[in-house]
Amino acid sequence: MANAQPAQLRPEKSFQDLILVLQQYWAAHGCVLLQPYDMEVGAGTFHPATTLRALGPKPWNVAYVQPSRRPTDGRYGENPNRLQHYYQYQVILKPSPPDIQDLYLNSLYAIGIDPKNHDIRFVEDDWESPTLGAWGLGWEVWCDGMEVSQFTYFQQVGGFDCDPVAGELTYGLERLAMYCQGVDNVYDLNFNGGEGDRKVTYGDVFLQAEQEYSRHNFEYANTDRLLTHFRDAEAECKALLEAGDRGDGKMHECVLPAYDQCIKASHIFNLLDARGVISVTERQAYILRVRDLSKACCTAWLNTEAGGAA
Amino acid sequence: MSDFLLELFCEEIPSGMQARAGEDLQRLVCDGLKEAGLEFKSTRNFAGARRLTLVIEGLPDKSPDVSDERKGPRVGSPDKAIEGFLRGAGLASVDEAEIVSDEKKGDYYVARIEKPGRATSDMIAELVPSVIRQFPWPKSQRWGSGKLRWVRPLHSILCLLNGSLVPFDVDGITSGNETLGHRFLSEGPITVSDFDDYEKKLREAHVILDADERQKLILEGAQTAAKKASLELVEDSALLAEAAGLVEWPIVLMGAFDEEFLDVPPEVIITAIKKHQKCFSLRDGKTGKLANKFIMVSNLIADDSGKAIIAGNERVVRARLSDAKFFWDQDRKIKLEDRLPALEDIIFHEKLGTQAERVERLKALAGQLAEAVGADKQAAERAAALAKADLVTDMVNEFPDLQGLMGRYYALDQGEDASVAVAIQEHYRPQGPNDAVPTDPVSIAVALADKLDTLVGFWTIDEKPTGSKDPYALRRAALGVIRIIRENNVELYPRGVFEIYMTLFHPDVDYREFASIADDFQNFFNDRLKVQLRDHGIPHDYVDAVLRIRSSQTGLLSTIRRADALNNFLSTADGTNLLAGAKRAENIVEIEEKKDGKLLEGFTEPSLFQQEQEKALSKAIDEATMAANAAVEKEDFEGAMAAMAKLRAPVDAFFDNVTVNANDPKLRENRLKLLNQIREATLAVADFSKIEG
Repeated sequence: MANAQPAQLRPEKSFQDLILVLQQYWAAHGCVLLQPYDMEVGAGTFHPATTLRALGPKPWNVAYVQPSRRPTDGRYGENPNRLQHYYQYQVILKPSPPDIQDLYLNSLYAIGIDPKNHDIRFVEDDWESPTLGAWGLGWEVWCDGMEVSQFTYFQQVGGFDCDPVAGELTYGLERLAMYCQGVDNVYDLNFNGGEGDRKVTYGDVFLQAEQEYSRHNFEYANTDRLLTHFRDAEAECKALLEAGDRGDGKMHECVLPAYDQCIKASHIFNLLDARGVISVTERQAYILRVRDLSKACCTAWLNTEAGGAA
Repeated sequence: MSDFLLELFCEEIPSGMQARAGEDLQRLVCDGLKEAGLEFKSTRNFAGARRLTLVIEGLPDKSPDVSDERKGPRVGSPDKAIEGFLRGAGLASVDEAEIVSDEKKGDYYVARIEKPGRATSDMIAELVPSVIRQFPWPKSQRWGSGKLRWVRPLHSILCLLNGSLVPFDVDGITSGNETLGHRFLSEGPITVSDFDDYEKKLREAHVILDADERQKLILEGAQTAAKKASLELVEDSALLAEAAGLVEWPIVLMGAFDEEFLDVPPEVIITAIKKHQKCFSLRDGKTGKLANKFIMVSNLIADDSGKAIIAGNERVVRARLSDAKFFWDQDRKIKLEDRLPALEDIIFHEKLGTQAERVERLKALAGQLAEAVGADKQAAERAAALAKADLVTDMVNEFPDLQGLMGRYYALDQGEDASVAVAIQEHYRPQGPNDAVPTDPVSIAVALADKLDTLVGFWTIDEKPTGSKDPYALRRAALGVIRIIRENNVELYPRGVFEIYMTLFHPDVDYREFASIADDFQNFFNDRLKVQLRDHGIPHDYVDAVLRIRSSQTGLLSTIRRADALNNFLSTADGTNLLAGAKRAENIVEIEEKKDGKLLEGFTEPSLFQQEQEKALSKAIDEATMAANAAVEKEDFEGAMAAMAKLRAPVDAFFDNVTVNANDPKLRENRLKLLNQIREATLAVADFSKIEG
């Protein structure tokens, strides 16, 4: 296996070096390197570069870091493994190349996980996103018993068949870094690779944020205002989709802004869920409302140039 | 004779799907070959993480020639008829048909179609692609730009007949004579000539083809490792099968965790290690106590002999057990009764309310049932009240399999009575035909309440099982009730339970409105009883026979006992002979009743008895009836059968010596009435007319 790891980067010592190695590796394999999407999302999959670009006939290879928010996973900074804000590294290869598993394994090698010493396994894990109307088959990838990535062949998004099929690789960066650095507490991760006074830890960067956001997610967020925001986002999404629809075989003119509102609604729903104001029966109804938005966005997307409409 | 080897090589197949897929491949290919007239000597299949393999030995080189003769129309028939014949027979012109002369019918056409046998390899080249395209995976996917579906992307097809490549193509995948070995312990393609060569080379390339062999290696490796550490493996056949499907070259390694985690209940540790990590637990062979060591199965001979793998797994196990210990500590801070309000948020069923409402019903039902099953009423109500509380604990949220068990632990921890704690765990039982039934009275009361609330509830909203559809597993629940009744010797009246349920929870509904549903509910139980007793070797008609006997309301236990006793009785010579005699008597009486146009019921006239056998039979019937009725009164069905058995000799003697259809009509009627009394007498224990054969 080719060593794609430049000498100056030390993914086993530095969180940011781990990210840089992955960036270099996937750039070398022809991916467009995007920056994180500038909205709150629950996972890298919500980035339009995945959700929307996975649809339609056009080839698309992309890699990016996506900060992901899961309000209910907040633990006030007291749990060594659980965070309400964390980083995913997301790779989309469409159409999925025949050697995608080898490409993935080489990326592990690049960050210092040698398959001659580590037990790498592909363990069945099918993926489904009720809010995106999406599903795929794949695995969680285990390294010595620890899940380090999700590997999915997208079959449908927004209720539409993915044709060609996109392969999605999602690395949980904190977990991977904990493994590479050999630490048991995420807040102990060396963020910048510095030693002594120059060392900055993950806790230095994020501990206070985890505490504050946990308070926000569970206690302070104003649920009445959130409910209003949810309804506003939902209405705006529908209005934009309607405004952009020129009818009569003309292409749709306003999908991406509408999809932003769908993302927003989804995140607000997650916050409401964390605040505990959504009952079990209501929960399903909210999920369906977000799914309706994402489906409508996907439908419109297929009627745009990037979505492959002629 | 030819040998056939097929390997379908793909990305990692879910462990649980492998065995079935191997069988499906064998079945579909073999069925296709047989359909094409190709018989063979033997076949085997292998399934693993990345490949399905099929071997067929002793195939003929080609299929047999087939000749077919097809009669056509007469010579000189209209063109249309002749054209149709030629088309059907596949002939180009009428010149290709023969003309046969027949004296009666005249000359007519005959097509002789000679189908020469086809080369086996040609047929395989057609069959395998169609098997691949139609393969019955429970879930399948597309990949790349292709249209083909497989469980995960299919990479290569190895297909050899007697060492020669069988060439074909499935959506761009061309068959070949190469495969790959272990993902990390082998490099480059392997060229294969036949199955022996294939198996040997794969083994050299660190792939063990046979799942049974992989299981054996894991089990023996784990046992040896355990022994070395003076421990014992906690065996788990499902986990073993799963582990064997995750590796091509199993290497067994041992890891450890901090002893402090052993404070957590052993079932929690075993489940956490198994569910998340697919690892085996170990225990002290003498004390049975769980050890702080575990067995992992890796897929790699590591350069560092497994140090990194063990360290990594240990770290994950530590994190998992930290979570479990955290849940264990946190959960115990909240009393079970304080969790009940949270059950209001869990919908049991849209029309049957929340878990909280269900708990209220369980309390009432368990209280009602307590006395009948010998349980303390307060204990049964307490156990029912707490039975579902663990559903909202963090531990059960994380490990749903531990429901009930955690309830027991938490109940004991907060000082509940032992029988209450045990009932919280056991009220789900039996969960299947192999699961034990609860035996403690409090457990019995709550277990029955749980199942009966479900059953009656779904009956009231008209969600009954139909045909093969039983989404709420109601049949299983009913079988559970029957097993609890049978194995604990407690009585239950399904119809009565239904009425109690309606009185308690729907007091406003009039009895007349639900009477027929209640009957239906009782019949459902009777049918389940037949199924259950059939599994114990009791024919279903015996249940019908004992259900029809004179009795106000028959309980499940009573019915079971009667059927049991009848079954035992009818497997003795006395029983079969008496059954034959009773049936014979019944037949005669029925025939003569038809002839006479009147029923031959009523008492016999003793003065008309002429023969000893008549008097003896009459006396025996009186005695047997009295004895049997007395025994039935005491629910002593074996005794009732024994009383009936005494009828056998007099019945036999009667038939041997007495002419029923005597010339004297008075004598004849008296004797027929006596025969009718045999039937009447046996009704004390069973309606023999319901018994077939």
